[in-house]
Amino acid sequence: MKLELRGVTKKFGDFTANDAIDLMIEPGTVHALLGENGAGKSTLMNVLFGLYDPDGGEILIDDKPVDFDGPGDAMAAGIAMVHQHFMLVHPFTVAENVMLGHEQVKGPFKLLDLNSARDKVREISARFGFNVDPDSLIEDLPVGAQQRVEIIKALSQRAEVLILDEPTAVLTPQETDELLEIVRQLRDSGTAVVLITHKLREVQAIADTITVIRRGKVVGTALPTASREELASLMVGRAVTMTVEKGPASPKDVVLSVEGLSVVDDLGVTQLKNVSFEVRAGEILAIAGVQGNGQTELTESLLGATTPVAGSASLDGKKITGLSIADVLDAGLGFVPEDRTTDGLVANFTIANNLILDVFDRAPYSQRGALRPSVIEEEAKKHVEQFDIRTTSVFLTAGSLSGGNQQKVVLARELSRPLKLLIASNPTRGLDVGSIEFVHKRIIAERDAGAAVLIVSSELDEVVALADRIAVMYHGEIVGIVPPDTDRDTLGLMMAGAHTEEAVA
Amino acid sequence: MSEETPVAGAGVAATTAADEPATASAPGRPDGRSVIREIVESSTVVVILAVVASLILSGVLILLADPDFRAALQYFFSRPADTFQTAGDALGSAYGAIWQGAVYNSGAPTFATKIAPFMQTLTSATPLIFAGLGLGIGFRAGLFNIGAQGQILIGATLGASVGFMMHLPFPLHLVLAVIGCTLGGALWGFIPGVLKAKTGAHEVITTIMLNYIALYLVGWLLSLEAFQREGSDNPQSPVLDTSAQYPRLFGDQYQLHWGFVVAILAAVFAWWLMERSTLGFQFRAVGANPSAAKTAGMRVSTITILVMVTAGSFSGLAASAQILGTQPSLTTGIAGSIGFDAITVALLGASRPFGTVLAAILFGGLKAAGPALQVQAGLPVDIVLVIQSFIVLFIAAPPLVRFLFRLPTPRIVKEVAA
Repeated sequence: MKLELRGVTKKFGDFTANDAIDLMIEPGTVHALLGENGAGKSTLMNVLFGLYDPDGGEILIDDKPVDFDGPGDAMAAGIAMVHQHFMLVHPFTVAENVMLGHEQVKGPFKLLDLNSARDKVREISARFGFNVDPDSLIEDLPVGAQQRVEIIKALSQRAEVLILDEPTAVLTPQETDELLEIVRQLRDSGTAVVLITHKLREVQAIADTITVIRRGKVVGTALPTASREELASLMVGRAVTMTVEKGPASPKDVVLSVEGLSVVDDLGVTQLKNVSFEVRAGEILAIAGVQGNGQTELTESLLGATTPVAGSASLDGKKITGLSIADVLDAGLGFVPEDRTTDGLVANFTIANNLILDVFDRAPYSQRGALRPSVIEEEAKKHVEQFDIRTTSVFLTAGSLSGGNQQKVVLARELSRPLKLLIASNPTRGLDVGSIEFVHKRIIAERDAGAAVLIVSSELDEVVALADRIAVMYHGEIVGIVPPDTDRDTLGLMMAGAHTEEAVA
Repeated sequence: MSEETPVAGAGVAATTAADEPATASAPGRPDGRSVIREIVESSTVVVILAVVASLILSGVLILLADPDFRAALQYFFSRPADTFQTAGDALGSAYGAIWQGAVYNSGAPTFATKIAPFMQTLTSATPLIFAGLGLGIGFRAGLFNIGAQGQILIGATLGASVGFMMHLPFPLHLVLAVIGCTLGGALWGFIPGVLKAKTGAHEVITTIMLNYIALYLVGWLLSLEAFQREGSDNPQSPVLDTSAQYPRLFGDQYQLHWGFVVAILAAVFAWWLMERSTLGFQFRAVGANPSAAKTAGMRVSTITILVMVTAGSFSGLAASAQILGTQPSLTTGIAGSIGFDAITVALLGASRPFGTVLAAILFGGLKAAGPALQVQAGLPVDIVLVIQSFIVLFIAAPPLVRFLFRLPTPRIVKEVAA
């Protein structure tokens, strides 16, 4: 089946998310759709999948125009999509999920025919070496396996075009390799795979054709032999440096000292187990690990948002465990939360107000309980300038900014007071290449100015780029602290739970 | 190369508080057209159109209830002019009665009596302004406080106690009585505030229940000798000393009292509190995004309690407009339906002080127009309730208003990009 998009245009109000996009997807190939966040990749795929009505252009299958009213039509035509956030029912089994929406019944009482679904799962699973049990519950499966269930679901509907939307965002490096292997097998069996991503490494590893999208337009196509720099500059629209320039660290006194910290969540599950480490002034300790391995609990208990059941942390020799968040911030902590939209910003506050969210009650921003709007405005303008926040006014809402600019607002706020320690969780998640460069530079500048820096990131590239030392977390424990030049395979194994010695061996 | 989840646009989608129109998240800069669009999309326009729509819809009901119009409608095709004639008459007399009953009675002999309806409108608006301000503060802080009714009752009880049990000279007695009202309301706001902050009990449930508790508490108090009026079998307290009452603003010809001036001052204070004070900054932050407020070091539970106490204090002032203004004797009916009308007023005023004052005057006017509607237009007073209910209905359903008036829908802010 050959799939073609001709001049597809999709507008949201005045904003053109897709501008006359042409795309040709041939069977038995991997077509990478490369672009920064916000470039319009997902919108395009949602149009193709029948979730959005295009404002112009047409979709052709084997040269015949088609019109999809919804995902049902697209699926019937042989197009399947694995969304970045999986569409699985967690308390259901694999077989039940695969059957969902295409339930088959048997017998006079129209009972669900689960056996045929089970067989299908087993058959596809065997064909691609998936090793998925049709009767396991989704909630018991690791993320990588859940993704395979999504793929099985697509294949069970005889999909000839499989769209994978940012499929590796939630995977460990090893799981990513496994996924790429699966994609190769699918391609060889004649399926067309559309890979939506902004990760150059994967594109180079697997794509047959690369289409680069920027600001809703196709800006070029490339061959997988293109260098990372070429692809990146095509994606961003200017030359970019792929590595962060960073001088050697000069660690001084211990600033943050964590001893035996343990956290148990509301359900009684231990999320953080006896974690101990130190961060010195002038160095960056990066915590690597797949999301959900205790990183959130670690940073929240350091901030004072979560009360640990055991252990303590001290900042510059002063115990901070048990203090209120305000007191911990006062003690010299700058905190960049992992989710800026829920914890970092008030979306419908102005940029100016977001810039004073944790300093509003200090001079010069307020006086005897009254805010000083003119001072707030002036300082906000300064910060917008210093941190290159792209906006026309400091009185626009923070929610109206792009992700990169939102993150700059959080950074501007946190870095503009004297810090002893900076904690930043996934500081560049969802940002474009240009903003990443900027954020990394600011973090390194903070280190060079003498602050201790703790970075938590589920992106290995980021960890390797920033760290002076790397701590790897798995299941709430630190499995090892290693130097920054440790090879990726070793780090990958550690992220999957292997201790340092095993991983190196 | 270390990005993953595309969250562009999610910023707005994540938290859009009820009182803030969503701002477009498209990366484009605002041009002339989108500025107009923003104005059109703003809730102010929707609110005004909701009022217009409810007046039109009520007009239809008024027509259907009018016997002359129905009779004329039956021979519409032979003499359509009759139908329009009777329709004009019915609507003219209804809306004319509202105008004359609420704003300006052109039939009255002197100017002073001509504007008497408007004075009555302002009098009725006074408690609504107070209570609406308090509720609006709560809404903006993310608390849906349904408890103004109970807060008014308890405020009125404390105010009345000061008013008839103590006997003091004029300004002092009034000030103490006002303080009594405020404290009573504050206390009745503090309870659900603490329950919410310490146990997570939802304020909607607790405040509704506290309304009942307040009502029966007042009923019981009025059965006690200390609260019984001498020589009366009805459950009502002695009349408050004049020294504890708001003086009339323009002499005895109008009911309008100094409470109205206090209400306007309260609106200015509420504006300052929410827009200019560090406390109001925290109120708004906690209301718009409690997680971000917490991460920034604000004490969310303390703020919750303070918000409820503030809202309760304003309701207590609403009680003062009643007990120290228009009805200087405590009864279980002292709060009327003010506590509930004030919810509509606050929503209609978009929880902003200026808007709340205007909305309260509108509702005060509808209330004042009731008798005129009945006498002049021969319509049931209930038509006022119908108009009010339509307003609520339309306010609650902005898409309906936009559909009726063919306004553009606000841009879909979710998933514009990625």
